[in-house]
Amino acid sequence: MMELLLDISTWILMMTGCAFLLITGVGLLRFPDIYTRIHAGGMADTLATFLIFGGLALQSGFTLVTVKLVFIVAFIFITSPTATYALAQATFIAGLKPVVDGFGDDGPDENSNTAKVKD
Amino acid sequence: MSFFTVTAIAILVSVALALTRAILGPTSYDRILAVNAIGTKTVLLIAVVGFMNGRPDFLDLAIVYALMNFIGTLAVLKYFKFGSLRGGLSRFHGEEK
Repeated sequence: MMELLLDISTWILMMTGCAFLLITGVGLLRFPDIYTRIHAGGMADTLATFLIFGGLALQSGFTLVTVKLVFIVAFIFITSPTATYALAQATFIAGLKPVVDGFGDDGPDENSNTAKVKD
Repeated sequence: MSFFTVTAIAILVSVALALTRAILGPTSYDRILAVNAIGTKTVLLIAVVGFMNGRPDFLDLAIVYALMNFIGTLAVLKYFKFGSLRGGLSRFHGEEK
């Protein structure tokens, strides 16, 4: 009974993590702008890592392996937002502008086709 | 099919999507972002494959890979920002010399 409960919990955790991983991949590929891509890549990675490693920790029980899993999750929770922030700041300093659909001062961007539809 | 196999396949699909962005990416910052995402997913893949084969000792490799991924991303970003790896991380540090 306990084994079955642990397996079901692991299935739920790991499949949610897989869904977030796939959302990250699709967002990296399909979003129109570097800043939105940073958002997609940085946001879901942390949560997917937490969910999948939570599932693995449920399978390993109270052993040294779980301690290592907690170490990795804690490290990624600190470093992944730091790397995302550093990347966004370096991108902004390099002069890349975010794509805004008609909200900026210089009118609609020619890269975006949604602004033309709105006009 | 166990959950380890399904998770490994999902991680590989996600890595393929990120690799497509790394190849297509218009700017080099897109490529850095894709490489960073691939590194995080490699940590996940090492852990899941280790569990799948019944050898969770692979987690040591995952720890080392997580450390190296972070340092590598910061080093590449610093090189892009300042053009050199010498000096501190803030802008004024470099100008003092």
